Amino acid sequence: MSLPKITSVTGRGVCVAGNDIDTDRIIPARFMKCVTFDGLGEFLFYDVRKQPDGADKPHVLNEPRFRGASILFSGANFGCGSSREHAPQAIHKHGFRAVVAESFAEIFFGNCTTLGIPCLTASREDIARISAAIEADPGAEITVDVAGLEIRCGSLKVKAAIRAAAQEALVHGRWDPIGELLEGAAAVKAAAAKLPYMAA
Amino acid sequence: MPQSLFEKVWAAHAVRRLADGQTQLLVGTHLIHEVTSPQAFGMLRDLGLPVAVPHRTFATVDHIVPTDQFAEPYRDPLAQAMMQELRRNCADFGITFFDRASGKQGIVHIVGPEQGITQPGTTIACGDSHTSTHGAFGAVAFGIGTTQIRDVLATQTMALAPLKVRRINVRGRLRPGVYAKDVILHIIRTLGVNGGTGFAYEYGGEVFDRFSMEERMTVCNMSIEGGARAGYVNPDETTFAYLKGRPYAPKGAAWDAAVARWKAVASDPGCRYDDVVAISADDIAPTVTWGINPGQGVAITECIPDPAKAKTADEKSSIDEALAYMKLTAGAPIKGTKIDVAFLGSCTNGRLSDFQEVAKYLKGRKVAPGVKAIAVPGSQGVGVLCVSLGLDQVFRDAGFEWREAGCSMCLAMNPDKLIGDQLCASSSNRNFKGRQGSPTGRTILMSPVMVAAAAISGAVADAREVFQTS
Repeated sequence: MSLPKITSVTGRGVCVAGNDIDTDRIIPARFMKCVTFDGLGEFLFYDVRKQPDGADKPHVLNEPRFRGASILFSGANFGCGSSREHAPQAIHKHGFRAVVAESFAEIFFGNCTTLGIPCLTASREDIARISAAIEADPGAEITVDVAGLEIRCGSLKVKAAIRAAAQEALVHGRWDPIGELLEGAAAVKAAAAKLPYMAA
Repeated sequence: MPQSLFEKVWAAHAVRRLADGQTQLLVGTHLIHEVTSPQAFGMLRDLGLPVAVPHRTFATVDHIVPTDQFAEPYRDPLAQAMMQELRRNCADFGITFFDRASGKQGIVHIVGPEQGITQPGTTIACGDSHTSTHGAFGAVAFGIGTTQIRDVLATQTMALAPLKVRRINVRGRLRPGVYAKDVILHIIRTLGVNGGTGFAYEYGGEVFDRFSMEERMTVCNMSIEGGARAGYVNPDETTFAYLKGRPYAPKGAAWDAAVARWKAVASDPGCRYDDVVAISADDIAPTVTWGINPGQGVAITECIPDPAKAKTADEKSSIDEALAYMKLTAGAPIKGTKIDVAFLGSCTNGRLSDFQEVAKYLKGRKVAPGVKAIAVPGSQGVGVLCVSLGLDQVFRDAGFEWREAGCSMCLAMNPDKLIGDQLCASSSNRNFKGRQGSPTGRTILMSPVMVAAAAISGAVADAREVFQTS
């Protein structure tokens, strides 16, 4: 299976500030009543973006100046809570192609990587500097350099990090592991044969 | 060299090293439910792949089932569609489905242990973050996303990097009125909601040695709320006694062989841990949350935190945000906070012993006027046992609604929801904003007995006072 090599993501950014933003907030459970992931993008952060009657609440993602942003910035422990892949799916379908945060919850991080959404960490100070740059110029072009572990915004350059295995998978176009897992079929059979509880 | 259970189980299930450095890990047992699996089957169909090992995947329906309606079609057509989809997928791919008509349906993390599918030394994956529950049996159990469900269906493996192991020793003896739920809320409060990132938690110490399997499950269940993707307890005689005779447990000579393997899989004395934490049982009080994540908890005797006394700007802003959402007053006692709803159930606290313990205190008491109280057994099996013991009647007499099995108001994907900014005393696992179905609904997490005390008092209460247990 041939997948694109994701060495960098370039686009405009937006910062959804806060720590411990959980996947229930990213996509409330009631929107998981579906049998496909289609259309989840419009429900991203729904309850913090919308009034119960569907009217907009004040929220960065409702601001026209940030429309079309493809790089999402946030705080610590982003994506905690439920393992729902609906959260990264909603982020992706909303148009985001990379997420930068102080830290990520583990299941969310893995789900994103498998979908080819790089999740890079950067220091709080650096995220604040980039957020200030975005605030000053929402049209500023930002590059999340997955291969070079750097985020660039105009003259601003900050260090970023990502788990080595995820970087390797993204950069070499191996982020969806299904092809490689299928290739291991014979070895899987051999391993399973040693485990009595797996017998038919 | 002495090894931890995690290392042994990992080694036994590691198939090979992948190009990116992760491990292709064999998933011995795969559990699925209606919410996170349909898209995975869709992907499988798109790829034209079969399910690799259908007899190692087990399905049930839990999140969307109405707890006040058994007959189909359900009032919610989307819920009905998800139900059909799971039925079709299980039929098409030859997967065992514990449907509602089977009498074995329930929350996936209650059904697995109840059926004896959950066993020591195994790897378990499920598209649900509370899969860590199964670690109570000395299994290494992971919550996974939908694309990973596809991977497991197609290959019975997934790509994963090993976790570090943090041993958490809870020493001594719990004081009266302190439950397993308080232990895990205390651990999360102490280590933080992201303290466990990168770790599996190995729970041990005298408190865990004495715990029943159901108590161990309550603690392991909420490992993810502390950021730990997996949590487990080493298997012992309590584990074996629980499993013996269950439908999927080994029988006869195979049982003896299995017990020998299970004993050998426990962490070796003197094995190395990446971190060790000691907690004294004496320090654990009945604990309740006051905020919008499970780490924001206090002892029932404590007051709601004051942002003015926060040590960091971060802490201050998180307290401010939580109090604004919860509509609580800084510095006020948490005890006495009026509640609107009491919810007993969930994969955390929806097992027989939870209802038995509460029923002991509910007898002869009444839910406070104006409080809606619902009791939802975690599985049909739990429901049947409760009925056979007459517990359902105790709950009904006290003013609780007794419901059919499911996840119910833990995440409100079915019709059981908070309305407006109702405040719920809940035995579930998450108090996130909007978690219980209303975007402004509020949740206070606590043990089942504390939920009962709150239901009777109409306000958050100290169960030890309400029920005069200490």
